[in-house]
Amino acid sequence: MSKRISACGLLVALAMIFSYIETLIPINLGLPGMKLGIANLVIVIGLYLLKPQEVLLISLVRIFLIGFLFGNGMSILYSLAGGLVSFFAMLLLKRSEKFSVVGVSLFGGSMHNVGQLFIAAAVVENAKIFYYLPPLLCVGCVTGILIGLLALRILPTGQKIIQNAGTL
Amino acid sequence: MKKNDYILAAFIFLFAGLLSAIIFVSGNERGNFVTVTVDKKVYGTYSLSENQDIEIDTEFGHNVLHIENGSVSMTEADCPDGYCKRQGEISTEKEAIVCLPHKLIVEIESADEQNEEDYDFLVR
Ligand SMILES: [Zn+2]
Repeated sequence: MSKRISACGLLVALAMIFSYIETLIPINLGLPGMKLGIANLVIVIGLYLLKPQEVLLISLVRIFLIGFLFGNGMSILYSLAGGLVSFFAMLLLKRSEKFSVVGVSLFGGSMHNVGQLFIAAAVVENAKIFYYLPPLLCVGCVTGILIGLLALRILPTGQKIIQNAGTL
Repeated sequence: MKKNDYILAAFIFLFAGLLSAIIFVSGNERGNFVTVTVDKKVYGTYSLSENQDIEIDTEFGHNVLHIENGSVSMTEADCPDGYCKRQGEISTEKEAIVCLPHKLIVEIESADEQNEEDYDFLVR
């Protein structure tokens, strides 16, 4: 049990490092609600190695910690919308067993941006913001594919570590 | 990777493409004034026919809007992401410049001839 908790803590730390790295990458396409979603790598991999509720917890803890450290109430709200929509979208696809980790990740990436855009539309109370939906979907899909390909390479190692650690 | 991964990716791009096409053909009216809304309240309306720089100072921050030859762009902003400055020029009713950290949206609208009085009132 304590092993599981420390594994989760480790993944939260890793996700936070990824979130921090993302703030250092100056990609500005001018798309409201866009995120690269590097931290999503941890969530994608977690979905294949841990219980869903543990992954959800990791995601939520990361969002609140990053929000308190670098953001504000609004940025937490955006991340929460993106994070939750993307988590449940990916869980659904993974459970269907019809997709590989790449498919799961690319769907999560797209849905993350859609989730954030809906919050943005509510904040400005204006539907014209959906003008940015098509490019956001595409960017989310592309970053999701890249994250998914990374996950595809990392997963075998992750599974070995979990096996060697015995019953977590 | 599975075949379904490719299908899903293709579907997302196709959906985005279709959406873009719909947006491309609709709402291309050029409008005649600009509305700036901050935190759901109208901050100001400005005529598109007049070249001008508009300073927007609110509790959320500072933005400068530039109107030139019927096109609008965000030339200055002290928001953390700077996305609004990258959104380029807008000139049609379907487009909008959004500065999320400042809860600000800039849109182009039109007042028709019958509402000339409203329009005059708006731009003053
Ligand atoms: Zn801005």
